[in-house]
Amino acid sequence: MTVIEARGLRKAYGTTMALDGVDLHIEEGRILGLMGPNGAGKSTALNAILGLTPYEGELRVLGRNPWTERDQLMCDVCFIADVAVLPRWMLVSQALEYVAGVHPRFDRAKAEGFLAKTDISRASKVRELSKGMVTQLHLALVMAIDAKLLVLDEPTLGLDILYRKQFYDSLLNDYFDRSRTIIVTTHQVEDVQNVLTDLMFINRGCIVLDCSMEEFESRYVEVMVHPERVAAARALKPIHERQVLGRGILLFDHADRQQLAALGDVRTPSISDLFVAMLGDKPGNHAGPAKGVAQ
Amino acid sequence: MNTQSNAMPESFDSQGIAPAVLAATRPMYWSVRRELWENRSIYIAPLAAAAIYLLGFLISLIWLPRSVRALAALDPVHQRIELAMLYAHAAMLLMLTAVLVGIFYSLDALHGERRDRSILFWKSLPVSDLTTVLSKASIPLVVLPLLVFAITITLQFIMWLLSSAVLQLWGVGAATLWTRLPLLQMELVSLYGLMVLALWHAPIYCWFLLVSGWARRAAFLWALLPPFAIAAFEKTAFHTSYFGSLLRDRLFGFAAGAFDLKDAAGVPVDPHFIPLTQLAPGRFLSSPSLWLGLIVAAALLAAAVRLRRYEGPL
Repeated sequence: MTVIEARGLRKAYGTTMALDGVDLHIEEGRILGLMGPNGAGKSTALNAILGLTPYEGELRVLGRNPWTERDQLMCDVCFIADVAVLPRWMLVSQALEYVAGVHPRFDRAKAEGFLAKTDISRASKVRELSKGMVTQLHLALVMAIDAKLLVLDEPTLGLDILYRKQFYDSLLNDYFDRSRTIIVTTHQVEDVQNVLTDLMFINRGCIVLDCSMEEFESRYVEVMVHPERVAAARALKPIHERQVLGRGILLFDHADRQQLAALGDVRTPSISDLFVAMLGDKPGNHAGPAKGVAQ
Repeated sequence: MNTQSNAMPESFDSQGIAPAVLAATRPMYWSVRRELWENRSIYIAPLAAAAIYLLGFLISLIWLPRSVRALAALDPVHQRIELAMLYAHAAMLLMLTAVLVGIFYSLDALHGERRDRSILFWKSLPVSDLTTVLSKASIPLVVLPLLVFAITITLQFIMWLLSSAVLQLWGVGAATLWTRLPLLQMELVSLYGLMVLALWHAPIYCWFLLVSGWARRAAFLWALLPPFAIAAFEKTAFHTSYFGSLLRDRLFGFAAGAFDLKDAAGVPVDPHFIPLTQLAPGRFLSSPSLWLGLIVAAALLAAAVRLRRYEGPL
């Protein structure tokens, strides 16, 4: 089943094109990572999918128009924007009661079960919880909803590595199955490298990469080239070259692994390596890669 | 479904059941409850006003036996007004509290959720903008009047019980109080007054709601300055004051519209005790001014609903 179908999605803020003719086709059962530099259009794309912003072009999410049918759509779509959105005045017990009250697919017992594994007290206000606990609470609420699409926009921003790991572990072990779809944007690319099934790069409102992780692994190769073979390696047209400890690391797209193995040590690049290669130092992009991408 | 989970095995069976269809009123009910959770001043302010008034009343009980004895010199009509005065003041104080709480609530209702970014959480749930805006409008238009009415009758009943006890204990006898104070009638007039006030002021609250959803900051100024500016402009430019009198009528016109302020003999009615015969619900409900105001209120609400669709965090 197709979860998201977009054709020619456009959105302008003044003269800036936040989305410039984006086509999307996302199938059920995928975990898609949407990556891009700050201001590339990630959040705008997600906001359009969630019915939070008007857009031009065609967009169907689970067969619905998100802009005009947001409230019905939210029966099947869940959404964590970042840790700041849970209302700070709310008691944990009120959050449970309220979501149980308004959401037809919320399983309160399940949410209570997730919360029982944390240190969150039912009588606490959200403002009294640490940042990590607020995310745990939000995740517990969301995972107890039997939704078809989960959208995570920088869900682990500002969390320490333990909370981040726990966050994605719970998602994979207690939530994800083949009938659900997850879209995640994050600058902490290394956290999700082994979580994703699909990868998408967006830059200045356009999709610049759209591939599955299997395709990513077979398509891109990184070689730490022996110093005397650099010239031979460069002749094979790498898409990016960088120096680490005096040795050249060259990144190839669609290259012959056998041939490359003769030039040095071959490995699959990390998503952040490819991100820097594709978006990092082209003219017009800002100087450094986005925070958290460079390892 | 969800076979990897080992967290809550007992919840598996509930996953299989088709989700219950929610009655359309359920999101509305929970949205109103949510407003009461967030804005506790809705009930704390009138309760506090009632408590303070009751404290003052307790102290005034010292003088009660003496003043009830003095009533004997007055005619029944004035006896009734003297006795009703403290009860009427209680009702008026609570009515004023309701208006103030309603004003401050509506000016923040659609602003607060944008300011603290929680609008993203509310919008991530299957609650429509219409339900949200209506639930917020229902606070000054329905919840506060009913709540304040309940607090008023409770307060007045406590006052009546205390007065009766004091008068009996002091040997004055509560007979005058019981025969002369038309408490039940006063409650009905209170209820009528609260409903009239809410209906008449509906466009004001709805305007405040719209501004709270639109203004990026200083919603209070945006809500109050433009009407006064328009009135001042009209006065200066055209030496007329149609807009000003429109505003005045919208604020205070309910009194002349919903009550006969003079009795059959043409004598002005004492506002401390308005007999049921002086209520004019028929005239009020058939006045074009009321319906025009309600149409404006509905249009302002529709605009607020539409606006909320576009609004995100500030």
